[in-house]
Amino acid sequence: MPSENRPPLALTISAIAGLLFLHLPIALIFLYAFTTDERTYQFPPPGLTTQWFAVAWNRADVWPPLYLSLRVAAISTVMALILGTLCAAAMARSRFFGRDQISLLIILPIALPGIITGMSLRSAFAIMEIPFSTWTIVLGHATFCIVIVYNNAVARFRRLSGSIIEASLDLGANGFQTFRHVLLPNLGSALLAGGMLAFALSFDEVIVTTFTAGQQSTLPIWMLNELVRPRQRPVTNVVAIVVFVTTFVPILIAYYLTRGGSEIAGGGK
Amino acid sequence: MSLAAIDSTSPTPQATAILPQRGIGDRLSALFWRRPEILLVVLLILPLGWLTVVYLGSLAALLLQSFYSIDEFSGLIVREFTLRTYLELLRPANMDIIIRTVTMAAAVTLGAAVIGFPIAYYAARYARGSWKALFYLGVMLPLWSSYLVKVYAWKLILAREGIITWATDLIGASAVLNGILALPVIGGNSLSTSYIGTWLVFLYVWLPFMILPMQAALERVPQSMLEASADLGASRLQTFRTVVFPLAMPGIIAGSIFTFSLTMGDYIIPQIVGSSRRFIGQAVYQLQGTAGNIPLAAAFAVVPIIIMLIYLTIARRKGAFDAL
Repeated sequence: MPSENRPPLALTISAIAGLLFLHLPIALIFLYAFTTDERTYQFPPPGLTTQWFAVAWNRADVWPPLYLSLRVAAISTVMALILGTLCAAAMARSRFFGRDQISLLIILPIALPGIITGMSLRSAFAIMEIPFSTWTIVLGHATFCIVIVYNNAVARFRRLSGSIIEASLDLGANGFQTFRHVLLPNLGSALLAGGMLAFALSFDEVIVTTFTAGQQSTLPIWMLNELVRPRQRPVTNVVAIVVFVTTFVPILIAYYLTRGGSEIAGGGK
Repeated sequence: MSLAAIDSTSPTPQATAILPQRGIGDRLSALFWRRPEILLVVLLILPLGWLTVVYLGSLAALLLQSFYSIDEFSGLIVREFTLRTYLELLRPANMDIIIRTVTMAAAVTLGAAVIGFPIAYYAARYARGSWKALFYLGVMLPLWSSYLVKVYAWKLILAREGIITWATDLIGASAVLNGILALPVIGGNSLSTSYIGTWLVFLYVWLPFMILPMQAALERVPQSMLEASADLGASRLQTFRTVVFPLAMPGIIAGSIFTFSLTMGDYIIPQIVGSSRRFIGQAVYQLQGTAGNIPLAAAFAVVPIIIMLIYLTIARRKGAFDAL
């Protein structure tokens, strides 16, 4: 049906317009980082300069939030990797009573609005009188990162042919050796992708964090404060680029790691 | 047939292909093989324990807090069961917040469905090869890229001296823009302080969440059905209305779950771009923070949960979960 496979012109135009709508705003951030305009958001920029990158680099108040964000994202990612992989291993092949409820429980932290997760944790901290710390932030982040790792890992587990595990067992490997030498190499890129996405999600998260951070400031919280009460707009523009790149690169890597989902490891029999 | 069965029927292990057990690892593996439910418990105990304690525990704490109340004179939380806090939600000012939020969520969902559909439809039906990858990345990258940066970009776009004002001036349409801003309720001083601005940013940020399930549903529409429809004499429009659209409906509903829920639970966007009139999220945030009224904040947070539960029940009946 070659003639039927030509899209109507109106559809093509609205699809491309839609994609542009999704991408142009982000491009604007990059332009604004070079503007010489300090006080407003004037367009077009009156002039271009690279001085703001140096100014932002020398701003002492940017670094502690950046370190905190990196630390929280790293710890949350590791925890999510462990918990998510365990979940995926259990859920991928077996059918058991309560399985649907468990998968709902895994998805819930990301399906319910962030404000509910945040307010819930805040209520729990208030009731148990837990003081805010790095760990209260991690608690929230690790919880909603589990589902990201889980989704990646469970998809890979399903694609793995059961016969390579059986072959390993037949050849005399025990369960742990099979995990180490057969499962892990096959899961590797999916776990890396899941970890990358979890890191990006945690590094960028702001809604839950505002409820679990107390007086601490992660980089997104720093940015949020600048957005509400701007002090030096060009520095905010530079930080926005840093945040964007720090989340964008892991996402791109994750995409390339999990691309081509059709070939099944060990399934070519 | 399990290993144990072989083991018990063979009196001399040396005569079989089974190797002697070499240590704790082997013994554990054998145990897991014989009793898979033990392996299941071992695997699930940590993550389930975490999710139950941290997440369900917190949700329980939220519910618990919402049944407490605050002493009006001392400002301290009274830890006694009461429905007074929920009754406070019914005050006109608070009902306004709830109605405003739900209306916005519905408007964002509708807008996302209309703008997202052509993208999903094109990607599902016409895009091939590298175009397909481009569409996929084109939706995935905005979905995953920094939330705050996206909101910030829109603050730049919608600002009074920003690109939209510049562009409308350029094409001589500033009268149109001013006319839109002069509209009652949805208008305002500038786009960045009006409901239109808030709606636009919500729409932008949650649009990919609508496109992906829609595209998944559209990809499952078999080509043969479209051909059958054409063979039976339906025009393109008729085919779309009676075949494609009904089959895409579960995908649209699945997407709407995200756009609706995410809009209801957001407090950053209306705080940065919008009029000073509050949404549920802002109310929750201010009540738990500066006001120190955790019980009322908790009760407010329960509202989106209840609305979403109703929404999910309806969606489930329409078969939206198969499209996720």
